[in-house]
Amino acid sequence: MGTTVTDEKARAEAIKKIEAERPRLEFGGAVWDYAPAPESKDHVRLEKRYGLFIGGKFAPPRSKKYFSTINPATEEVLAEVAEAGAADVDAAVRSAEEAHRKYWSRLAPAERGKYVYRIARLLQEKSRELAVLETLNGGKPIKESRDVDVPLAAAHFFYHAGWADKLEYAFPRHRVSSIGVCGQIIPWNFPLLMAAWKIAPALACGNTVVLKPAETTPLTSLHLAKICEEADLPPGVVNIVPGAGETGAHLVNHPRVRKIAFTGSTEVGKLIQRATAGTGKRLTLELGGKAANIIFEDAAIDQAVEGIISGIYFNQGHVCCAGSRLLVQESIAETVLAKLADRIETLRLGDPLDKNTDVGAINSKMQLEKIREMVASGIEEGAEIHQSSCSIPARGFWFPPTFFTGVAQSHRIAREEIFGPVLAVMTFRTPDEAVEKANNIPYGLSAGVWTDKGSKIFKITAKMKAGVVWANTFNKFDPSSPFGGYKESGFGREGGVHGLRAYVALSGE
Amino acid sequence: MQRGEVSRESVEVRKTYKLYIGGEFVRTESGRYDPIESPKKKLLANVSRGSRKDLRDAVAKARTAQAGWASKTAYLKGQILYRMAEMLEGRAGSFEDLLRESRGTTAAAAKREVRAAIDRLVHYAGWSDKFGALLGTVNPVASSYFDFSVPEPMGVVGIFAPESPDLLGLVTHLAPAIVSGNAVVVLVSERSPIASLEFAEVLATSDLPAGVVNLISGRKEELAPHLARHMDVNAIADAGEDTALSKSVAEDAAVNVKRVRRYAIRDYYRENAQGLDFIEAFTEIKTTWHPIGV
Repeated sequence: MGTTVTDEKARAEAIKKIEAERPRLEFGGAVWDYAPAPESKDHVRLEKRYGLFIGGKFAPPRSKKYFSTINPATEEVLAEVAEAGAADVDAAVRSAEEAHRKYWSRLAPAERGKYVYRIARLLQEKSRELAVLETLNGGKPIKESRDVDVPLAAAHFFYHAGWADKLEYAFPRHRVSSIGVCGQIIPWNFPLLMAAWKIAPALACGNTVVLKPAETTPLTSLHLAKICEEADLPPGVVNIVPGAGETGAHLVNHPRVRKIAFTGSTEVGKLIQRATAGTGKRLTLELGGKAANIIFEDAAIDQAVEGIISGIYFNQGHVCCAGSRLLVQESIAETVLAKLADRIETLRLGDPLDKNTDVGAINSKMQLEKIREMVASGIEEGAEIHQSSCSIPARGFWFPPTFFTGVAQSHRIAREEIFGPVLAVMTFRTPDEAVEKANNIPYGLSAGVWTDKGSKIFKITAKMKAGVVWANTFNKFDPSSPFGGYKESGFGREGGVHGLRAYVALSGE
Repeated sequence: MQRGEVSRESVEVRKTYKLYIGGEFVRTESGRYDPIESPKKKLLANVSRGSRKDLRDAVAKARTAQAGWASKTAYLKGQILYRMAEMLEGRAGSFEDLLRESRGTTAAAAKREVRAAIDRLVHYAGWSDKFGALLGTVNPVASSYFDFSVPEPMGVVGIFAPESPDLLGLVTHLAPAIVSGNAVVVLVSERSPIASLEFAEVLATSDLPAGVVNLISGRKEELAPHLARHMDVNAIADAGEDTALSKSVAEDAAVNVKRVRRYAIRDYYRENAQGLDFIEAFTEIKTTWHPIGV
């Protein structure tokens, strides 16, 4: 079964030769260049200093600590943000508990839903401002924050608002009630969208929330808090407590928190699972991934190449469900890899606020170092690196679109989540081999399957040990579509009917 | 009796209770055993005290069997569960005797438990080709995709059966786990393992593929942590009595992000001790996106 490393190397050599000899497609660069098309940031009202949002008010932290949050594309400080300590988290949880007990759990479900609808509408109204803010604070291209993050965040609130008075239909034969205070911890890759994934279903199901945004990207969550204020959401229903891991630990360990929802690394997820074991706290985990994107020889190749690109370079590869392992059928490997090498040259890396930018800044220095370390391991373990020759801005954190050929399954770049724009390419001969290689990993978040044959799609997608499988597409999301992992990619679903389960208590439990 | 005359007495053939692993009746590799006595202190049998190695063998067999079992049609899985009910019905009398003798329960109570266990198997046999339609969804996404979610088995599920009722408790947790296509490794009741081990004979004659259900007797305190830490077990159904053990099991389960369901069922005879929720608990939702176009 499979090919030997030597075969892979020989093939990589051959591809390199073909690449060198073949006339290149000309995109930009020498032929023409794009004029800068930066999105204006004038309408974003940044504050110098942000407090914690507890009990419906922004207030200075009891911890007395603040941290700087920066623009990773320029390394400029955007604002100072309060860091929540143990006393702050405690105050937030108590405020959430009181809001749940005194008001939110007693409000008629349809009325609760109307508040959630208000938030959705305000997000739509402020979408331009929020998109720019998301790009400033996170480094992602404006076209992604504008077209994906913010509209989807609004859609999540709109979708879940409508569930508020229909939960009995989702859980027949059960009496449905809320759980109480939900502690929610979100990552930095989709800051506003993850806040929406967490807050919208929690509120719709009658719970109150203490949310900890990631330390590098707190700004859109804090602006979401302003939207909650503007929507006249009752004080304490949503509380936002920025901070790092320590703040998260206070939240996880707080005895009055009834449910923890965590999106982040598998490593931290395991710690949280351990910490909540036996406490009666409910837990959902959305953790890491190392998705296989499988390209069969009967796929529409150009579409598949676009799918590979969006699979791994969307959001700089800072995507838990990124298609970070390419499994391409041997018979088409040369063609696919030649096209891929061409295509990464056409990706425009640079100012995230520029509307033509495809690849933005890496979210943080720490993440950049991690990516570099993983890439170095790929080279050291004998894989061959292919990188876009794009120029890298002098300031900020950047990493060019990269892929490796000659990758063995045992290589770290084929087994560990890199969370950057780095793709590990492997080949296969038979569908069984593709399935075997795709599933041979502790993760199980997502997978991609590319073929024009319908029956093959159903056979292969059914065999993927992954919670989300994209056939002839990749990285698509929708609030009505359940998202979540198998195996070490976590448990529980977010979105759709199935996502509600994490935020309701059912009779008999 | 005169010289040369042979007695007509027939000596009872006693049953040796073994573990049930990979469709075979095997002794524990550890060579250890525990004497099981009736409430009247009569020795009923020497029962294997399963070891970590037995567990690992069972998990390996379960893993090998799981994909094949899951790929059987829902209709066939339903028929096999129904046949389990048929086999239990055919041996109802001997199970009643076993329960009476091993637990000292009344004839009426023993009969009630066996009836309930049969009914529960019939209940889940009927779920086989229905739960998917109730747990699955077609999702109205705001883009041109056909998007649907279906329940799939989690894989290998470790079950800590309740101490009592040993037979009904075993069936209550085993049937919903396998009907969706999981394979299971069960730590049977520690105090009263005999009826559960006898149940292996029902399994073995029901056309259930070998390895789908594996039954281990022994000390839960010794075995449960190994199952909880096993890297090739996907989930745990914990209906054990020991809350301290449950807590440590739930902690250990984090090693590979196992799904843990704790069950504290007061009355196994109630209608809410069965149903769709028990099946859903050990399924995984898979969402598939497919473009709509020409």
